[in-house]
Amino acid sequence: MRNVLAVAGRELRSYFHSYIGYQLMRGYAVVCGFFFFSFTATYVVQEFRMAAMGGMGAPPMNLNEYIIQPLLEGVLTVALLLFIPPITMRLFPEEKKTGTIELLLTSPLTALQIILGKFLGAVGFYAVLVVLTFLYISVLFLYGNPNAKPLLAEALGLFLYGGALLALGMWISTLTKDQIIAASVTAEVFLLLYVLDWVTAYSSSTAGRVLSYLALTTHFHNFAKGVIDLGDLAYYLSVIVLGIFLTARSIEALKGRP
Amino acid sequence: MIEVEHLTKRYGPTVAVSDVSFEVQKGEVLGFLGPNGAGKTTTMRVITGYLPPSQGKVRVAGFDVVEEPLEAKRRTGYLPENPPVYFDMTVGEYLAFVARIKRVPRREIKKRIAEVSEKVAITDVQQREIGKLSRGYRQRVGLAQALIHNPDVLVLDEPTAGLDPKQIIETRQLIKGLAGQHTVVLSTHILPEVSKTCQRVVVINQGKVVAVGAPDELTRWLQGYETVLVTVEGPAAEVMDKLQRVPGLHWVEPRETSDGAVTFEIHSEKGLDVRSEVARAVVESQWKLLELKTSGLSLEDIFLKLTTKDVAEEPSVSGEQLNIS
Repeated sequence: MRNVLAVAGRELRSYFHSYIGYQLMRGYAVVCGFFFFSFTATYVVQEFRMAAMGGMGAPPMNLNEYIIQPLLEGVLTVALLLFIPPITMRLFPEEKKTGTIELLLTSPLTALQIILGKFLGAVGFYAVLVVLTFLYISVLFLYGNPNAKPLLAEALGLFLYGGALLALGMWISTLTKDQIIAASVTAEVFLLLYVLDWVTAYSSSTAGRVLSYLALTTHFHNFAKGVIDLGDLAYYLSVIVLGIFLTARSIEALKGRP
Repeated sequence: MIEVEHLTKRYGPTVAVSDVSFEVQKGEVLGFLGPNGAGKTTTMRVITGYLPPSQGKVRVAGFDVVEEPLEAKRRTGYLPENPPVYFDMTVGEYLAFVARIKRVPRREIKKRIAEVSEKVAITDVQQREIGKLSRGYRQRVGLAQALIHNPDVLVLDEPTAGLDPKQIIETRQLIKGLAGQHTVVLSTHILPEVSKTCQRVVVINQGKVVAVGAPDELTRWLQGYETVLVTVEGPAAEVMDKLQRVPGLHWVEPRETSDGAVTFEIHSEKGLDVRSEVARAVVESQWKLLELKTSGLSLEDIFLKLTTKDVAEEPSVSGEQLNIS
Protein backbone atom coordinates (compact mmCIF):
# COMPACT_ATOMS: atom_id res chain seq x y z
CA MET A 1 0.00 0.00 0.00
CA ARG A 2 2.83 2.33 0.87
CA ASN A 3 4.28 1.75 -2.57
CA VAL A 4 0.96 2.49 -4.23
CA LEU A 5 0.68 5.73 -2.31
CA ALA A 6 4.25 6.70 -3.21
CA VAL A 7 3.51 6.26 -6.91
CA ALA A 8 0.13 7.99 -6.56
CA GLY A 9 1.66 10.92 -4.68
CA ARG A 10 4.31 11.45 -7.31
CA GLU A 11 1.74 11.25 -10.05
CA LEU A 12 -0.56 13.73 -8.36
CA ARG A 13 2.14 16.27 -7.69
CA SER A 14 3.33 16.09 -11.28
CA TYR A 15 -0.07 17.47 -12.36
CA PHE A 16 0.57 20.51 -10.23
CA HIS A 17 4.11 20.86 -11.53
CA SER A 18 3.03 21.15 -15.12
CA TYR A 19 0.98 23.67 -16.99
CA ILE A 20 -1.44 21.01 -18.04
CA GLY A 21 -2.87 20.58 -14.56
CA TYR A 22 -3.63 24.26 -14.17
CA GLN A 23 -4.84 24.55 -17.75
CA LEU A 24 -7.31 21.73 -17.15
CA MET A 25 -8.53 23.23 -13.88
CA ARG A 26 -8.98 26.61 -15.49
CA GLY A 27 -10.76 25.22 -18.55
CA TYR A 28 -13.01 23.06 -16.45
CA ALA A 29 -13.86 25.91 -14.12
CA VAL A 30 -14.80 28.11 -17.07
CA VAL A 31 -16.99 25.49 -18.78
CA CYS A 32 -18.61 24.35 -15.58
CA GLY A 33 -19.10 27.93 -14.41
CA PHE A 34 -20.64 29.04 -17.69
CA PHE A 35 -23.27 26.33 -17.68
CA PHE A 36 -23.90 26.70 -13.98
CA PHE A 37 -24.55 30.40 -14.52
CA SER A 38 -26.71 29.77 -17.56
CA PHE A 39 -28.88 27.14 -15.83
CA THR A 40 -29.20 29.33 -12.75
CA ALA A 41 -30.19 32.35 -14.83
CA THR A 42 -32.84 30.35 -16.66
CA TYR A 43 -34.11 29.05 -13.36
CA VAL A 44 -34.39 32.53 -11.88
CA VAL A 45 -36.25 33.88 -14.91
CA GLN A 46 -38.65 30.94 -14.88
CA GLU A 47 -39.28 31.33 -11.20
CA PHE A 48 -40.11 35.02 -11.58
CA ARG A 49 -42.60 34.17 -14.29
CA MET A 50 -44.21 31.50 -12.18
CA ALA A 51 -44.45 33.92 -9.28
CA ALA A 52 -45.91 36.63 -11.52
CA MET A 53 -48.58 34.22 -12.65
CA GLY A 54 -49.31 33.32 -9.07
CA GLY A 55 -48.09 29.77 -9.21
CA MET A 56 -51.17 28.55 -11.15
CA GLY A 57 -51.28 25.52 -8.90
CA ALA A 58 -48.01 24.09 -10.34
CA PRO A 59 -45.64 22.45 -7.88
CA PRO A 60 -42.78 24.72 -6.76
CA MET A 61 -39.64 24.56 -8.89
CA ASN A 62 -36.85 22.42 -7.57
CA LEU A 63 -33.19 23.51 -7.67
CA ASN A 64 -31.95 19.95 -7.95
CA GLU A 65 -34.14 19.20 -10.89
CA TYR A 66 -33.60 22.44 -12.78
CA ILE A 67 -29.93 23.17 -12.16
CA ILE A 68 -27.90 20.37 -10.66
CA GLN A 69 -29.26 17.46 -12.65
CA PRO A 70 -28.96 19.10 -16.10
CA LEU A 71 -25.53 20.43 -15.19
CA LEU A 72 -24.23 16.99 -14.29
CA GLU A 73 -26.06 14.82 -16.76
CA GLY A 74 -26.44 17.17 -19.68
CA VAL A 75 -23.15 19.03 -19.58
CA LEU A 76 -20.47 17.48 -17.44
CA THR A 77 -20.80 13.95 -18.81
CA VAL A 78 -19.96 15.42 -22.21
CA ALA A 79 -17.38 17.91 -20.98
CA LEU A 80 -15.51 15.14 -19.19
CA LEU A 81 -15.12 13.25 -22.46
CA LEU A 82 -12.80 16.09 -23.39
CA PHE A 83 -11.28 16.86 -20.00
CA ILE A 84 -10.30 13.29 -19.05
CA PRO A 85 -8.01 12.47 -22.03
CA PRO A 86 -5.51 15.20 -21.11
CA ILE A 87 -5.43 13.78 -17.58
CA THR A 88 -4.61 10.25 -18.70
CA MET A 89 -2.52 10.96 -21.79
CA ARG A 90 0.70 11.39 -19.87
CA LEU A 91 0.36 8.50 -17.44
CA PHE A 92 2.49 6.02 -19.36
CA PRO A 93 3.81 7.80 -22.49
CA GLU A 94 5.83 10.19 -20.37
CA GLU A 95 7.42 7.38 -18.36
CA LYS A 96 8.28 5.54 -21.54
CA LYS A 97 9.72 8.59 -23.21
CA THR A 98 11.98 9.67 -20.36
CA GLY A 99 12.92 6.11 -19.42
CA THR A 100 11.57 6.38 -15.90
CA ILE A 101 9.42 3.34 -16.66
CA GLU A 102 12.69 1.41 -16.23
CA LEU A 103 12.98 2.75 -12.71
CA LEU A 104 9.45 1.67 -11.86
CA LEU A 105 9.71 -1.75 -13.45
CA THR A 106 13.07 -2.53 -11.83
CA SER A 107 11.95 -1.38 -8.39
CA PRO A 108 10.50 -3.90 -6.00
CA LEU A 109 6.96 -3.03 -7.11
CA THR A 110 4.41 -5.29 -8.71
CA ALA A 111 2.85 -4.12 -11.97
CA LEU A 112 -0.45 -3.82 -10.15
CA GLN A 113 1.03 -1.50 -7.55
CA ILE A 114 2.39 0.76 -10.28
CA ILE A 115 -0.93 0.78 -12.11
CA LEU A 116 -3.04 1.37 -9.01
CA GLY A 117 -0.68 4.14 -7.94
CA LYS A 118 -0.98 5.89 -11.27
CA PHE A 119 -4.72 5.40 -11.35
CA LEU A 120 -5.12 6.81 -7.86
CA GLY A 121 -2.93 9.78 -8.78
CA ALA A 122 -5.14 10.53 -11.77
CA VAL A 123 -8.29 10.05 -9.67
CA GLY A 124 -6.78 12.43 -7.11
CA PHE A 125 -6.41 15.12 -9.73
CA TYR A 126 -9.90 14.40 -11.05
CA ALA A 127 -11.18 14.84 -7.50
CA VAL A 128 -10.05 18.44 -7.72
CA LEU A 129 -12.37 18.91 -10.70
CA VAL A 130 -15.22 17.26 -8.82
CA VAL A 131 -14.60 19.57 -5.88
CA LEU A 132 -14.70 22.55 -8.26
CA THR A 133 -18.09 21.39 -9.52
CA PHE A 134 -19.49 21.15 -6.04
CA LEU A 135 -18.07 24.54 -5.13
CA TYR A 136 -20.37 25.98 -7.78
CA ILE A 137 -23.27 23.91 -6.58
CA SER A 138 -22.67 24.98 -3.00
CA VAL A 139 -23.45 28.55 -4.07
CA LEU A 140 -27.06 27.41 -4.38
CA PHE A 141 -27.09 26.76 -0.65
CA LEU A 142 -26.32 30.42 -0.01
CA TYR A 143 -29.38 31.69 -1.86
CA GLY A 144 -31.79 28.79 -1.93
CA ASN A 145 -32.35 25.49 -0.27
CA PRO A 146 -31.64 22.62 -2.60
CA ASN A 147 -32.06 19.11 -1.32
CA ALA A 148 -28.67 17.99 0.05
CA LYS A 149 -29.22 14.24 0.04
CA PRO A 150 -29.19 13.65 -3.74
CA LEU A 151 -25.87 15.47 -3.88
CA LEU A 152 -24.16 12.48 -2.27
CA ALA A 153 -25.39 10.14 -4.97
CA GLU A 154 -24.49 12.72 -7.59
CA ALA A 155 -20.96 13.11 -6.26
CA LEU A 156 -20.53 9.34 -6.14
CA GLY A 157 -21.88 9.06 -9.67
CA LEU A 158 -19.54 11.76 -10.96
CA PHE A 159 -16.61 9.98 -9.32
CA LEU A 160 -17.50 6.61 -10.78
CA TYR A 161 -18.17 8.03 -14.22
CA GLY A 162 -14.83 9.84 -14.18
CA GLY A 163 -13.09 6.80 -12.69
CA ALA A 164 -14.34 4.61 -15.52
CA LEU A 165 -13.09 7.10 -18.10
CA LEU A 166 -9.75 7.43 -16.30
CA ALA A 167 -9.25 3.65 -16.22
CA LEU A 168 -9.94 3.34 -19.94
CA GLY A 169 -7.78 6.36 -20.71
CA MET A 170 -4.95 4.89 -18.68
CA TRP A 171 -5.10 1.70 -20.68
CA ILE A 172 -5.01 3.57 -23.98
CA SER A 173 -2.03 5.56 -22.73
CA THR A 174 -0.01 2.35 -22.35
CA LEU A 175 -0.34 1.64 -26.04
CA THR A 176 1.74 4.54 -27.31
CA LYS A 177 4.77 6.66 -26.52
CA ASP A 178 3.11 9.78 -27.85
CA GLN A 179 0.90 11.84 -25.58
CA ILE A 180 -0.99 13.51 -28.41
CA ILE A 181 -1.91 10.17 -29.94
CA ALA A 182 -2.91 8.86 -26.54
CA ALA A 183 -5.18 11.85 -25.95
CA SER A 184 -6.82 11.82 -29.36
CA VAL A 185 -7.45 8.08 -29.41
CA THR A 186 -8.83 8.29 -25.90
CA ALA A 187 -11.22 11.09 -26.85
CA GLU A 188 -12.28 9.12 -29.91
CA VAL A 189 -13.05 6.00 -27.87
CA PHE A 190 -14.92 8.05 -25.28
CA LEU A 191 -17.02 9.68 -27.94
CA LEU A 192 -17.97 6.31 -29.41
CA LEU A 193 -18.83 4.95 -25.98
CA TYR A 194 -20.91 8.05 -25.40
CA VAL A 195 -23.01 7.69 -28.54
CA LEU A 196 -23.47 3.94 -28.19
CA ASP A 197 -26.98 4.31 -26.81
CA TRP A 198 -28.09 6.45 -29.72
CA VAL A 199 -28.64 3.28 -31.72
CA THR A 200 -31.65 2.50 -29.55
CA ALA A 201 -33.35 5.41 -31.24
CA TYR A 202 -33.43 3.34 -34.43
CA SER A 203 -33.40 -0.19 -33.20
CA SER A 204 -34.99 -1.88 -30.25
CA SER A 205 -33.43 -5.24 -31.03
CA THR A 206 -31.37 -7.17 -28.47
CA ALA A 207 -28.16 -5.87 -29.99
CA GLY A 208 -29.47 -2.36 -29.69
CA ARG A 209 -30.31 -2.87 -26.06
CA VAL A 210 -26.92 -4.38 -25.32
CA LEU A 211 -25.16 -1.46 -26.97
CA SER A 212 -27.28 0.96 -25.07
CA TYR A 213 -26.47 -0.87 -21.86
CA LEU A 214 -22.76 -0.57 -22.59
CA ALA A 215 -22.94 3.16 -23.21
CA LEU A 216 -21.20 5.11 -20.50
CA THR A 217 -23.89 7.70 -19.95
CA THR A 218 -26.95 5.46 -19.65
CA HIS A 219 -25.85 4.48 -16.18
CA PHE A 220 -25.35 8.01 -15.07
CA HIS A 221 -29.02 8.91 -15.30
CA ASN A 222 -30.02 7.44 -11.94
CA PHE A 223 -27.05 8.98 -10.18
CA ALA A 224 -27.93 12.38 -11.64
CA LYS A 225 -31.42 12.03 -10.19
CA GLY A 226 -29.86 11.30 -6.83
CA VAL A 227 -30.54 7.57 -6.85
CA ILE A 228 -27.85 4.98 -6.24
CA ASP A 229 -28.70 1.92 -8.28
CA LEU A 230 -26.59 -1.16 -7.60
CA GLY A 231 -26.65 -2.10 -11.27
CA ASP A 232 -25.16 1.24 -12.26
CA LEU A 233 -22.64 1.03 -9.47
CA ALA A 234 -21.60 -2.43 -10.65
CA TYR A 235 -21.35 -1.21 -14.24
CA TYR A 236 -18.92 1.59 -13.45
CA LEU A 237 -16.88 -0.54 -11.08
CA SER A 238 -16.60 -3.23 -13.76
CA VAL A 239 -15.38 -0.70 -16.30
CA ILE A 240 -12.75 0.49 -13.81
CA VAL A 241 -11.61 -3.08 -13.11
CA LEU A 242 -11.55 -3.81 -16.83
CA GLY A 243 -9.42 -0.73 -17.49
CA ILE A 244 -6.95 -1.72 -14.78
CA PHE A 245 -6.84 -5.30 -16.05
CA LEU A 246 -6.17 -4.21 -19.63
CA THR A 247 -3.46 -1.85 -18.42
CA ALA A 248 -1.81 -4.72 -16.54
CA ARG A 249 -1.88 -6.89 -19.65
CA SER A 250 -0.40 -4.10 -21.68
CA ILE A 251 2.42 -3.54 -19.18
CA GLU A 252 3.25 -7.25 -19.26
CA ALA A 253 3.43 -7.14 -23.04
CA LEU A 254 5.63 -4.06 -22.84
CA LYS A 255 8.26 -6.02 -20.95
CA GLY A 256 8.90 -8.32 -23.87
CA ARG A 257 9.96 -5.45 -26.10
CA PRO A 258 13.27 -3.61 -26.23
CA MET B 1 26.23 -12.95 -6.36
CA ILE B 2 24.96 -12.86 -9.93
CA GLU B 3 24.59 -16.04 -11.91
CA VAL B 4 23.64 -15.91 -15.56
CA GLU B 5 23.10 -19.34 -17.09
CA HIS B 6 22.57 -19.88 -20.81
CA LEU B 7 20.68 -16.64 -21.16
CA THR B 8 19.00 -16.11 -24.51
CA LYS B 9 16.81 -13.14 -25.32
CA ARG B 10 14.86 -12.79 -28.53
CA TYR B 11 12.80 -9.90 -29.77
CA GLY B 12 10.55 -11.59 -32.26
CA PRO B 13 12.86 -13.14 -34.84
CA THR B 14 15.98 -11.19 -33.82
CA VAL B 15 18.26 -12.74 -31.26
CA ALA B 16 19.70 -10.02 -29.05
CA VAL B 17 21.55 -12.26 -26.63
CA SER B 18 22.41 -15.86 -27.33
CA ASP B 19 23.41 -18.44 -24.73
CA VAL B 20 25.32 -16.09 -22.46
CA SER B 21 26.65 -17.49 -19.19
CA PHE B 22 28.81 -15.87 -16.55
CA GLU B 23 29.03 -15.36 -12.83
CA VAL B 24 29.95 -12.42 -10.69
CA GLN B 25 31.42 -12.97 -7.25
CA LYS B 26 30.47 -10.94 -4.22
CA GLY B 27 32.25 -7.62 -4.07
CA GLU B 28 33.64 -7.92 -7.56
CA VAL B 29 33.49 -5.27 -10.28
CA LEU B 30 32.71 -6.91 -13.59
CA GLY B 31 33.08 -5.04 -16.85
CA PHE B 32 30.79 -5.78 -19.72
CA LEU B 33 32.62 -4.84 -22.85
CA GLY B 34 31.25 -4.81 -26.34
CA PRO B 35 30.42 -2.59 -29.29
CA ASN B 36 27.08 -0.86 -29.51
CA GLY B 37 24.29 -3.31 -30.20
CA ALA B 38 26.24 -6.25 -28.81
CA GLY B 39 23.58 -7.12 -26.26
CA LYS B 40 25.00 -5.43 -23.18
CA THR B 41 21.91 -3.44 -22.34
CA THR B 42 19.62 -6.38 -23.01
CA THR B 43 21.62 -8.60 -20.66
CA MET B 44 21.53 -5.92 -17.98
CA ARG B 45 17.83 -5.44 -18.40
CA VAL B 46 17.28 -9.14 -17.84
CA ILE B 47 19.47 -9.09 -14.72
CA THR B 48 17.49 -6.17 -13.32
CA GLY B 49 14.18 -7.83 -14.11
CA TYR B 50 13.09 -5.23 -16.65
CA LEU B 51 12.92 -7.81 -19.42
CA PRO B 52 12.08 -11.48 -18.96
CA PRO B 53 14.60 -13.92 -20.48
CA SER B 54 13.48 -15.99 -23.47
CA GLN B 55 15.57 -18.88 -22.21
CA GLY B 56 18.02 -19.51 -19.42
CA LYS B 57 18.17 -18.50 -15.81
CA VAL B 58 19.40 -15.42 -14.00
CA ARG B 59 19.83 -15.33 -10.25
CA VAL B 60 20.66 -12.27 -8.19
CA ALA B 61 21.78 -12.91 -4.62
CA GLY B 62 20.32 -16.39 -4.99
CA PHE B 63 16.89 -15.21 -6.15
CA ASP B 64 15.65 -16.09 -9.60
CA VAL B 65 14.66 -12.87 -11.36
CA VAL B 66 11.62 -14.52 -12.92
CA GLU B 67 10.36 -16.57 -10.01
CA GLU B 68 11.07 -14.16 -7.17
CA PRO B 69 11.30 -10.82 -8.92
CA LEU B 70 10.56 -8.65 -5.90
CA GLU B 71 13.27 -10.25 -3.75
CA ALA B 72 15.79 -9.94 -6.58
CA LYS B 73 14.81 -6.35 -7.35
CA ARG B 74 15.10 -5.39 -3.69
CA ARG B 75 18.76 -6.32 -3.84
CA THR B 76 19.51 -4.65 -7.15
CA GLY B 77 20.29 -1.06 -7.95
CA TYR B 78 20.11 -0.14 -11.60
CA LEU B 79 21.32 2.87 -13.50
CA PRO B 80 20.11 2.67 -17.11
CA GLU B 81 22.01 4.46 -19.85
CA ASN B 82 19.72 7.46 -19.51
CA PRO B 83 19.26 8.26 -15.84
CA PRO B 84 15.60 7.53 -15.03
CA VAL B 85 14.85 10.87 -13.38
CA TYR B 86 11.70 12.96 -13.28
CA PHE B 87 12.59 16.38 -14.60
CA ASP B 88 9.90 18.18 -12.64
CA MET B 89 11.12 16.99 -9.24
CA THR B 90 13.88 18.38 -7.10
CA VAL B 91 16.77 16.08 -6.29
CA GLY B 92 15.60 15.69 -2.70
CA GLU B 93 12.00 14.90 -3.66
CA TYR B 94 13.14 12.43 -6.27
CA LEU B 95 15.42 10.53 -3.93
CA ALA B 96 12.69 10.44 -1.29
CA PHE B 97 10.30 8.99 -3.86
CA VAL B 98 12.78 6.35 -4.99
CA ALA B 99 13.57 5.48 -1.37
CA ARG B 100 9.88 4.86 -0.76
CA ILE B 101 9.29 2.64 -3.77
CA LYS B 102 12.49 0.73 -2.97
CA ARG B 103 11.20 0.08 0.52
CA VAL B 104 13.73 1.97 2.57
CA PRO B 105 12.21 2.09 6.07
CA ARG B 106 10.49 5.42 6.65
CA ARG B 107 12.73 6.40 9.55
CA GLU B 108 15.91 5.85 7.56
CA ILE B 109 14.94 7.73 4.41
CA LYS B 110 16.43 11.06 5.44
CA LYS B 111 19.62 9.45 6.62
CA ARG B 112 20.01 7.39 3.43
CA ILE B 113 19.43 10.41 1.20
CA ALA B 114 22.10 12.34 3.09
CA GLU B 115 24.53 9.42 2.84
CA VAL B 116 24.20 8.72 -0.87
CA SER B 117 24.11 12.41 -1.72
CA GLU B 118 27.38 12.81 0.11
CA LYS B 119 28.82 9.80 -1.70
CA VAL B 120 28.03 11.03 -5.20
CA ALA B 121 28.54 14.72 -4.34
CA ILE B 122 25.07 16.09 -4.93
CA THR B 123 24.43 17.43 -1.44
CA ASP B 124 24.55 21.01 -2.69
CA VAL B 125 21.85 20.55 -5.34
CA GLN B 126 19.14 18.91 -3.18
CA GLN B 127 16.70 21.78 -3.77
CA ARG B 128 17.33 22.09 -7.51
CA GLU B 129 14.91 20.80 -10.11
CA ILE B 130 16.45 17.82 -11.91
CA GLY B 131 15.41 19.13 -15.34
CA LYS B 132 17.62 22.14 -14.78
CA LEU B 133 20.73 20.18 -13.82
CA SER B 134 23.59 19.39 -16.18
CA ARG B 135 24.04 15.96 -17.69
CA GLY B 136 26.82 15.15 -15.23
CA TYR B 137 24.68 15.98 -12.23
CA ARG B 138 21.75 14.00 -13.61
CA GLN B 139 24.03 11.02 -14.00
CA ARG B 140 25.07 11.35 -10.38
CA VAL B 141 21.47 11.65 -9.26
CA GLY B 142 20.86 8.45 -11.23
CA LEU B 143 23.71 6.78 -9.38
CA ALA B 144 22.35 8.01 -6.04
CA GLN B 145 19.00 6.51 -6.98
CA ALA B 146 20.63 3.14 -7.67
CA LEU B 147 22.42 3.23 -4.30
CA ILE B 148 19.63 4.52 -2.11
CA HIS B 149 18.42 1.16 -0.80
CA ASN B 150 21.96 -0.06 -0.29
CA PRO B 151 21.65 -2.92 -2.78
CA ASP B 152 23.94 -5.93 -2.88
CA VAL B 153 24.18 -5.69 -6.63
CA LEU B 154 24.67 -2.59 -8.74
CA VAL B 155 24.05 -2.67 -12.45
CA LEU B 156 25.38 0.36 -14.31
CA ASP B 157 24.75 0.76 -18.02
CA GLU B 158 27.44 2.94 -19.58
CA PRO B 159 27.91 4.95 -16.40
CA THR B 160 30.41 7.36 -17.92
CA ALA B 161 28.69 7.99 -21.25
CA GLY B 162 28.17 11.65 -21.96
CA LEU B 163 30.29 12.93 -19.11
CA ASP B 164 33.23 15.29 -19.39
CA PRO B 165 36.73 13.93 -18.65
CA LYS B 166 36.83 15.22 -15.11
CA GLN B 167 33.45 13.69 -14.34
CA ILE B 168 34.52 10.42 -15.96
CA ILE B 169 37.50 10.19 -13.63
CA GLU B 170 35.34 11.01 -10.63
CA THR B 171 32.74 8.43 -11.60
CA ARG B 172 35.39 5.75 -12.05
CA GLN B 173 36.83 6.58 -8.64
CA LEU B 174 33.38 6.33 -7.18
CA ILE B 175 32.71 2.94 -8.75
CA LYS B 176 36.05 1.63 -7.54
CA GLY B 177 35.09 2.81 -4.08
CA LEU B 178 31.88 0.83 -4.27
CA ALA B 179 33.67 -2.46 -4.91
CA GLY B 180 33.80 -4.66 -1.87
CA GLN B 181 30.55 -3.50 -0.31
CA HIS B 182 28.61 -3.90 -3.54
CA THR B 183 28.86 -6.29 -6.43
CA VAL B 184 29.04 -4.17 -9.55
CA VAL B 185 28.33 -4.95 -13.17
CA LEU B 186 29.06 -2.11 -15.53
CA SER B 187 28.91 -1.95 -19.27
CA THR B 188 31.05 0.09 -21.56
CA HIS B 189 32.29 0.20 -25.10
CA ILE B 190 35.55 1.83 -24.09
CA LEU B 191 38.46 -0.48 -23.37
CA PRO B 192 40.52 1.72 -21.04
CA GLU B 193 37.50 2.12 -18.84
CA VAL B 194 37.49 -1.59 -18.16
CA SER B 195 41.14 -1.81 -17.27
CA LYS B 196 40.77 1.15 -14.94
CA THR B 197 37.71 0.05 -13.02
CA CYS B 198 37.11 -3.68 -13.37
CA GLN B 199 38.64 -6.77 -11.91
CA ARG B 200 37.14 -9.01 -14.52
CA VAL B 201 35.84 -8.49 -18.03
CA VAL B 202 33.24 -10.24 -20.12
CA VAL B 203 33.63 -9.36 -23.80
CA ILE B 204 30.39 -9.66 -25.68
CA ASN B 205 29.75 -9.30 -29.37
CA GLN B 206 26.76 -10.14 -31.51
CA GLY B 207 24.95 -11.32 -28.43
CA LYS B 208 27.59 -13.91 -27.58
CA VAL B 209 30.31 -14.04 -24.95
CA VAL B 210 33.61 -13.79 -26.79
CA ALA B 211 36.04 -13.81 -23.91
CA VAL B 212 36.14 -13.69 -20.13
CA GLY B 213 39.11 -12.80 -17.96
CA ALA B 214 41.01 -10.21 -16.00
CA PRO B 215 41.81 -7.12 -18.06
CA ASP B 216 45.58 -7.83 -18.19
CA GLU B 217 45.03 -11.47 -19.14
CA LEU B 218 42.97 -10.38 -22.07
CA THR B 219 45.54 -7.86 -23.14
CA ARG B 220 48.30 -10.46 -23.03
CA TRP B 221 46.27 -12.85 -25.07
CA LEU B 222 45.61 -10.14 -27.56
CA GLN B 223 49.23 -9.40 -28.19
CA GLY B 224 49.26 -12.75 -29.96
CA TYR B 225 49.31 -13.01 -33.71
CA GLU B 226 47.89 -12.16 -37.09
CA THR B 227 45.60 -14.65 -38.76
CA VAL B 228 45.55 -15.45 -42.48
CA LEU B 229 43.25 -17.91 -44.21
CA VAL B 230 44.49 -19.52 -47.39
CA THR B 231 42.67 -21.98 -49.65
CA VAL B 232 44.83 -24.09 -51.90
CA GLU B 233 44.07 -26.85 -54.38
CA GLY B 234 46.82 -29.42 -53.99
CA PRO B 235 48.09 -32.27 -51.84
CA ALA B 236 47.24 -31.25 -48.28
CA ALA B 237 50.27 -32.70 -46.50
CA GLU B 238 52.77 -31.20 -48.92
CA VAL B 239 51.08 -27.83 -48.90
CA MET B 240 51.18 -27.82 -45.15
CA ASP B 241 54.81 -28.75 -45.11
CA LYS B 242 55.64 -25.99 -47.54
CA LEU B 243 53.63 -23.40 -45.70
CA GLN B 244 55.36 -24.21 -42.44
CA ARG B 245 58.65 -23.24 -44.01
CA VAL B 246 57.46 -19.74 -44.90
CA PRO B 247 59.46 -17.38 -42.67
CA GLY B 248 57.59 -15.63 -39.89
CA LEU B 249 54.85 -18.23 -39.49
CA HIS B 250 54.09 -19.52 -36.00
CA TRP B 251 51.54 -22.08 -36.70
CA VAL B 252 49.60 -23.62 -39.58
CA GLU B 253 46.53 -25.76 -39.32
CA PRO B 254 44.15 -27.19 -41.92
CA ARG B 255 40.64 -26.01 -41.26
CA GLU B 256 38.38 -27.55 -43.89
CA THR B 257 38.59 -29.53 -47.10
CA SER B 258 36.30 -29.46 -50.09
CA ASP B 259 36.83 -30.88 -53.61
CA GLY B 260 40.56 -31.29 -53.16
CA ALA B 261 40.96 -27.75 -51.87
CA VAL B 262 42.14 -27.21 -48.34
CA THR B 263 41.79 -24.11 -46.23
CA PHE B 264 44.60 -23.43 -43.77
CA GLU B 265 44.60 -21.10 -40.90
CA ILE B 266 47.96 -19.45 -40.47
CA HIS B 267 49.14 -17.52 -37.47
CA SER B 268 52.07 -15.27 -37.95
CA GLU B 269 54.08 -12.78 -35.98
CA LYS B 270 52.22 -9.71 -34.97
CA GLY B 271 52.50 -6.83 -37.39
CA LEU B 272 53.85 -9.03 -40.18
CA ASP B 273 51.85 -9.38 -43.37
CA VAL B 274 52.76 -12.81 -44.73
CA ARG B 275 50.24 -12.91 -47.53
CA SER B 276 52.68 -12.28 -50.36
CA GLU B 277 55.11 -14.85 -48.97
CA VAL B 278 52.37 -17.44 -48.69
CA ALA B 279 51.15 -16.71 -52.19
CA ARG B 280 54.63 -17.12 -53.63
CA ALA B 281 55.19 -20.40 -51.80
CA VAL B 282 51.96 -21.82 -53.20
CA VAL B 283 52.42 -20.62 -56.75
CA GLU B 284 56.07 -21.72 -56.90
CA SER B 285 54.97 -25.26 -56.21
CA GLN B 286 52.42 -25.06 -59.04
CA TRP B 287 49.43 -25.49 -56.78
CA LYS B 288 46.32 -23.50 -57.35
CA LEU B 289 45.78 -20.61 -55.01
CA LEU B 290 42.02 -20.22 -54.66
CA GLU B 291 41.71 -17.75 -51.87
CA LEU B 292 43.90 -15.74 -49.58
CA LYS B 293 42.66 -13.33 -46.96
CA THR B 294 43.31 -12.04 -43.51
CA SER B 295 40.83 -13.53 -41.15
CA GLY B 296 38.19 -10.85 -40.77
CA LEU B 297 38.08 -9.79 -37.21
CA SER B 298 40.10 -11.10 -34.39
CA LEU B 299 39.38 -10.29 -30.81
CA GLU B 300 41.87 -7.52 -31.17
CA ASP B 301 39.95 -5.96 -34.00
CA ILE B 302 36.92 -5.93 -31.80
CA PHE B 303 38.96 -4.28 -29.11
CA LEU B 304 40.18 -1.77 -31.65
CA LYS B 305 36.64 -1.04 -32.56
CA LEU B 306 35.78 -0.76 -28.95
CA THR B 307 38.56 1.61 -28.14
CA THR B 308 37.70 3.84 -31.04
CA LYS B 309 35.17 6.33 -29.81
CA ASP B 310 33.00 6.52 -32.89
CA VAL B 311 32.08 2.88 -33.25
CA ALA B 312 28.48 3.89 -33.63
CA GLU B 313 28.96 4.78 -37.27
CA GLU B 314 30.79 1.62 -38.25
CA PRO B 315 28.85 -1.35 -39.53
CA SER B 316 28.71 -4.06 -36.94
CA VAL B 317 30.89 -7.14 -37.11
CA SER B 318 29.35 -9.96 -39.07
CA GLY B 319 28.98 -13.32 -37.41
CA GLU B 320 30.87 -15.76 -39.61
CA GLN B 321 34.00 -13.68 -39.66
CA LEU B 322 34.35 -14.17 -35.99
CA ASN B 323 36.28 -17.30 -35.30
CA ILE B 324 37.57 -16.72 -31.88
CA SER B 325 36.34 -17.75 -28.51
